[in-house]
Amino acid sequence: MAEVIKVPTMAEYMAEGKKPEILFWVGCMGSFDDRAKKVTKAFVKLLHEAKVDFAVLGTEESCNGDPAKRAGNEFLFQMQAATNIEVLNGYEIKKVVTACPHCFNTLKNEYPALGGNYEVMHHTTFLKSLLEEGRLKVEGGKFKGKRITFHDPCYLGRANNVYEAPRDLLRKLEVELVEMRKCKSNGFCCGAGGGQMFKEPEPGNKEVNIERTEQAMEVKPDIIAAGCPFCNTMMTDGVKGKNQEGTIEVMDVAEMIANAHDL
Amino acid sequence: MQIIAQIAFLIVLVAGIAFFTRNIRRVIRNVKLGRKVDRSDNPGERFAKMARVALGQSKMVKKPFAGFLHIIVYLGFIIINIEVLEIIIDGVFGTHRILSFLGFGYNFLIGSFEILALMVLLGVTIFWLRRNVSNIYRFLGNELKGWPKNDANYILYFEMVLMILFLTMNAADYQLQLNGADHYAQNAGIAGSFPISQYLLPWFEGFSNATLIIIERTTWWLHIVGILIFLNYLYYSKHLHILLAFPNVYLSKLTPQGKFDNLEAVTNEVKLMMDPDADPYAMPAEGAEDEAPEKFGASDVVDLNQVQLLNAYTCTECGRCTAECPANQTGKKLSPRKVMMDTRDRLEEVGNIINEKGSFEDDGKQLLDNYILREELWACTTCNACVEACPIGIDPLSIILDMRRYLVMEQSAAPLDLANAMTNIENNGAPWPYNQMDRLNWANEN
Repeated sequence: MAEVIKVPTMAEYMAEGKKPEILFWVGCMGSFDDRAKKVTKAFVKLLHEAKVDFAVLGTEESCNGDPAKRAGNEFLFQMQAATNIEVLNGYEIKKVVTACPHCFNTLKNEYPALGGNYEVMHHTTFLKSLLEEGRLKVEGGKFKGKRITFHDPCYLGRANNVYEAPRDLLRKLEVELVEMRKCKSNGFCCGAGGGQMFKEPEPGNKEVNIERTEQAMEVKPDIIAAGCPFCNTMMTDGVKGKNQEGTIEVMDVAEMIANAHDL
Repeated sequence: MQIIAQIAFLIVLVAGIAFFTRNIRRVIRNVKLGRKVDRSDNPGERFAKMARVALGQSKMVKKPFAGFLHIIVYLGFIIINIEVLEIIIDGVFGTHRILSFLGFGYNFLIGSFEILALMVLLGVTIFWLRRNVSNIYRFLGNELKGWPKNDANYILYFEMVLMILFLTMNAADYQLQLNGADHYAQNAGIAGSFPISQYLLPWFEGFSNATLIIIERTTWWLHIVGILIFLNYLYYSKHLHILLAFPNVYLSKLTPQGKFDNLEAVTNEVKLMMDPDADPYAMPAEGAEDEAPEKFGASDVVDLNQVQLLNAYTCTECGRCTAECPANQTGKKLSPRKVMMDTRDRLEEVGNIINEKGSFEDDGKQLLDNYILREELWACTTCNACVEACPIGIDPLSIILDMRRYLVMEQSAAPLDLANAMTNIENNGAPWPYNQMDRLNWANEN
């Protein structure tokens, strides 16, 4: 795609005296990580397609604090939260959508007690609601009949009981949805949560992402579908580690829908 | 003679219950060493969860085979306790099968106890084989060597012996009733129904009534004394779960698993830091200087909250948590079960110091480093698999997080890479050293 997509910021909306339908919380991975940026763009294209009036915070967004909190740095977490809440409340944000389950969990569950009350949705849940409202069409396209397994992100699934929205979207893509031995509430971590993404793992006999990739390979998928930028990275690395990058792709659910639309 | 037996029974009964009460009070005292935590919200939802998870065993059956066996042993335990009620009345008043006036209902009860006793016997035998013969991953952990392994087996032996005693007692009783022996024979015919123990009768062939009475009395006494010993063994054993599973589930977290508590002390500090009007040199509020400075996170059991300590006493060491833990599955040192066992062991150690010296005196040890290693704590991905796996609502993750908080906020002892990521978050608003001003660059990239 050659043309640059239009991504309005909250500051621009404010200047025009308008309020968007949703705030798209991009997250650090979605903003800076090369792989996750593709998901961010795919999701923005879907928002355009569905004519959703959205804005991002842009340079006013900051880390939600999840890695700091789960690593034990409650001070840093609450500093981040206080700053973010000030920005969000300043713009009178009501509804937040994010493609990162870690941002989703923190904003939804941990910000309210600190003064940040918003309706927070994971992008798969939001896309599903667009589908149900008839604003977005999801159909098979190039994924029709492909063998797909969905890797449940811990902070979407177990942490917040969102299991069906991503699967419903995948079914609309007319794929052959296969479940791993460990799925849904028994899902197996990708290995990145709790700050593990930013440190060397403790000594063991295998990396967590390799173990999870092997579990995925057991069901012989064409694509491992992800719903989290951390999982996406870990599973992509795992697939590379098993020399399967020619046969298995790792894709975010939003990317798959955007691709099926040829966006 | 009879009156001596009654008095002896009363003494044994009262002593057994008194010793049990003393130990339970110790458990309560030890749990109260922890920080207070408010779980008085939503009693309706909590009762429903307790009924479902503890009483209804809904999470046990996630592993269908072990869950099914557990339900048999659990039902056997509860229902056979009705029989214990009769044994106690008979023991105190010197009566025989006092509840037999219930007629058909009584026969039905005793009959079903016998069938349950046999099923429990089978169940615990299979449990023993699973633990000692099958190579089941969660029973092979390092933390399960020594006492924990023996403890598990003792419980199974205990249950086997109690069931065998129960059936032998019934058989001898049945034979005595058939013989029309004094005290045993009833006017209304045979009291009770013996679908299982009747098959033991051939063993008693040619036994005199006197011999049968010795067998019946011996097994009766061993059975009830065994139950009292078992009751008192609970405190020293992982078997305490049969009592604590209920309050433990009731008090467990109702909020989404991903929601971790926000430390209130930190909130106050952050508010002060963010408040432009705050006077950093202001006198502390009256009384505030008397309070001990707040310790962030946990390095010992007294820093944990009461629910976390109750969790430790409730843990059955089944290892379902460890079997699901991604760190453990990939050979790392972390085992959520060990976190719970360590917490209990350390709490017992602290409790014993209080028993001996009247109050806690520093023994130069603590939960961190002496029991739980930093390497274990840092291996956790906070994925909540352990919390989900626990059949009785234990939350090992919350202990791991509180100990990480101590390491980071009190000791600045985070692993270097992680400390760097935190510095980046602080300075750049992202875990990587990118400029905050570049956050929207993706929108202009192809």
